[in-house]
Amino acid sequence: MHSRIGTGLKVILCLPVLAGLAGTLLPAFGYLPTLGGTQATLQQFEALAAQPHILRSALISLVAGLTSTFIALTVVATFVAGFAGTRPFAVIQHLLSPLLAVPHAASAFAIAFLIAPSGILLRIISPELTGFTRPPDWLIPNDPLGLSMMSGLVAKEIPFLLLVMLAALPQLPVANARRLMTALGYSRVSGFAIALWPLLYRQVRLPVFAVLVYATSVVDVAMILGPQLPPTLPVRIARWLADDDIGTRFLASAGAVLQLALGLMAIAIWIGVERLGRICHQHLSSSGKRLVGDGLLRLAAASVMAVSAAFIFIGLGLLALWSVAGLWPFPDRLPTSLTFRTWDRALGALAGPLATTIAIALLSSLVALAIAIGLLSRSAHRSADRWLPVFLPLLVPEITFVFGLQILAAMVGLSPSIATVAALHLIFVLPYVLLSLGPPWRALDRRYEQIASGLGKSPLAILLTIRLPMLLRACLTAFAVGFAVSVSLYLPTVLIGAGRVTTITTEAVALSSGGDRRVIGVYALLQALLPFLGFLVASLVPQLLFRHRRAMRI
Amino acid sequence: MQTPGKTMALTLSDVTIRLAGRVLLSVSATVMPGDVLTIMGPSGAGKSALLAYIGGFLDPAFVASGAVLLGEDDLIGLPPQRRHTGILFQDPLLFPHLSVGGNIVFAIPEVISGRDRRRRLAEEALDEVGLGGFFDRDPETLSGGQKARVALQRVLLSEPRLLLLDEPFSKLDMALRQQTRELVFAKARSAGLPTILVTHDRADADAAGGALIHIGAETKS
Repeated sequence: MHSRIGTGLKVILCLPVLAGLAGTLLPAFGYLPTLGGTQATLQQFEALAAQPHILRSALISLVAGLTSTFIALTVVATFVAGFAGTRPFAVIQHLLSPLLAVPHAASAFAIAFLIAPSGILLRIISPELTGFTRPPDWLIPNDPLGLSMMSGLVAKEIPFLLLVMLAALPQLPVANARRLMTALGYSRVSGFAIALWPLLYRQVRLPVFAVLVYATSVVDVAMILGPQLPPTLPVRIARWLADDDIGTRFLASAGAVLQLALGLMAIAIWIGVERLGRICHQHLSSSGKRLVGDGLLRLAAASVMAVSAAFIFIGLGLLALWSVAGLWPFPDRLPTSLTFRTWDRALGALAGPLATTIAIALLSSLVALAIAIGLLSRSAHRSADRWLPVFLPLLVPEITFVFGLQILAAMVGLSPSIATVAALHLIFVLPYVLLSLGPPWRALDRRYEQIASGLGKSPLAILLTIRLPMLLRACLTAFAVGFAVSVSLYLPTVLIGAGRVTTITTEAVALSSGGDRRVIGVYALLQALLPFLGFLVASLVPQLLFRHRRAMRI
Repeated sequence: MQTPGKTMALTLSDVTIRLAGRVLLSVSATVMPGDVLTIMGPSGAGKSALLAYIGGFLDPAFVASGAVLLGEDDLIGLPPQRRHTGILFQDPLLFPHLSVGGNIVFAIPEVISGRDRRRRLAEEALDEVGLGGFFDRDPETLSGGQKARVALQRVLLSEPRLLLLDEPFSKLDMALRQQTRELVFAKARSAGLPTILVTHDRADADAAGGALIHIGAETKS
């Protein structure tokens, strides 16, 4: 059983990643027969090295990835340590969970609308406090140090890391450890850090790596919030890829190799940080320090969590407001008039990409759900969702293997279509669907199935009449998670869609350089709302189907 | 419902269950149709594992050997769904997405066809245990004793060839326990089912009235 699910996963998740990597590596060393490269050469790397400020681009990506992951992890860990099992914890958890569904691009726009020189934050205090009657000439977002980009990444990483930790917490002896550590005189935070953190971290380590690699290789957020002169490495690679000139293809593949190295370097540095953390942890444990005054620390962590959530929510509100704003001169806090003109103008162009987005998301998440059900029902009660193969597509920078897949697809003559884009999305959607469905799947009392088989029902009949109906809500939630992931995918869609398959996401990100706030408002708002549609269905359908079944409504 | 003539004796022949190389239990016994074999022992002694082995869903962590014969048939070679082992657990485990009647209709063998006929059978079964008119109810709205009776009728209507009882009375309160116990044993006897009961409650064993096997090192009696 074990090996069968392993093989299935490897074929579905690992093969495309490895094939894609090969497709990237070969041209990087000069082999790309379709473009006339047949000889091994290091020429592309020389060309890459000759690109202006390439080192700076790479370093910014590396630093932004490491810093944002470290900050997000520290904040979430401190928050969990300080509040797990309390009322504020439940409140913030509810506040943050919907943010998980907001696509990266939409939340990046939301933050941009907030912090830009003409954004709402500055309008609120202008001109009274600042004296500005015109937006100042600041490089925000897109500041050269990548600070806005990092804040955008932190805001998106926080809900993800919180969710991952929440999923791991029930397996830890939280209540017992707390009682023991409190009895020994430790504060909440130090008691948690000493007794539980190593156990918790072991469970969330792979997702943390996934966050780290994502943050070092992100394209859409970097295009919206990141530095421009020069942009980050992944953004530059994406631009080279979009270029029709054949030479830049080789350049891009060399860049992708550099990106891969960057991802590995980020992981290596992170492992170093882990070592350091372990030493600090030992010191803390053996020092006997109780850190009784941890109130400030707890307050800080909770505040960062709340503020990051509030930022995105307010930002989303701003997107909505801009999409219906008439004239809105600086420093007015509200538009002078409201109009649906922007929506009217945008809707014509929008309908196509919107339908495409929904079709791709439906297709990829339904197939992913079917595969996940198949894999889980074969693996019985084993935790198939905690394996490396599941995370592989999330641990390799997407740009490094999707590019290779694009080349392979072109070689075998696959032209861009909704089906090919959906197939690619499946690689990214399936891990999240498995992660979402795995725990409820294993949590279902197996005696229900034992009873049913005693009643003479076949395994397939039991799956269809007992397990799936009982897990309907979990299945729909997993589907909604997959739907949200698909909607938010930018780079894979651009690369495999090759301009012929455009989604709401590719259109929204493309608008970021133009800067028409009203149109951006329309696109980003729709992009943010789409995933909620999935979750709405996931919560309404069981309510409706099981309205007379009390035990099914939780 | 089941006619006693169709049922056969259940024989456990050198059934041995091991966990991590250690022998948990080793049983040989014959249970005649309508009789109850009671197996008593502390928790962790492998009582439930024995039932799981007979039912065909033993956790792979255990290693089991020995034949389980129903008449001449060895059950161990059959897939679980073809063994027709009716099981009652501590919890009634009514399927929460089906109605009370739906739970019973689900159990009626496929050879009994026709929507109305199946429904009528289920309604009669509910009537029999004082739950007439409960067909369309949500199982979650039933009391513990009512749920236990639905679970019993569900198992009996599936026409099992033997009955496995995994401490099915332990979660009921005293008065209800007595009543449910009598009902279950009476039904098993009238259906002529060979029955295995595992329990750590002496009163269960006394009420069952059949043979009694103690397992586990720390057994007190």
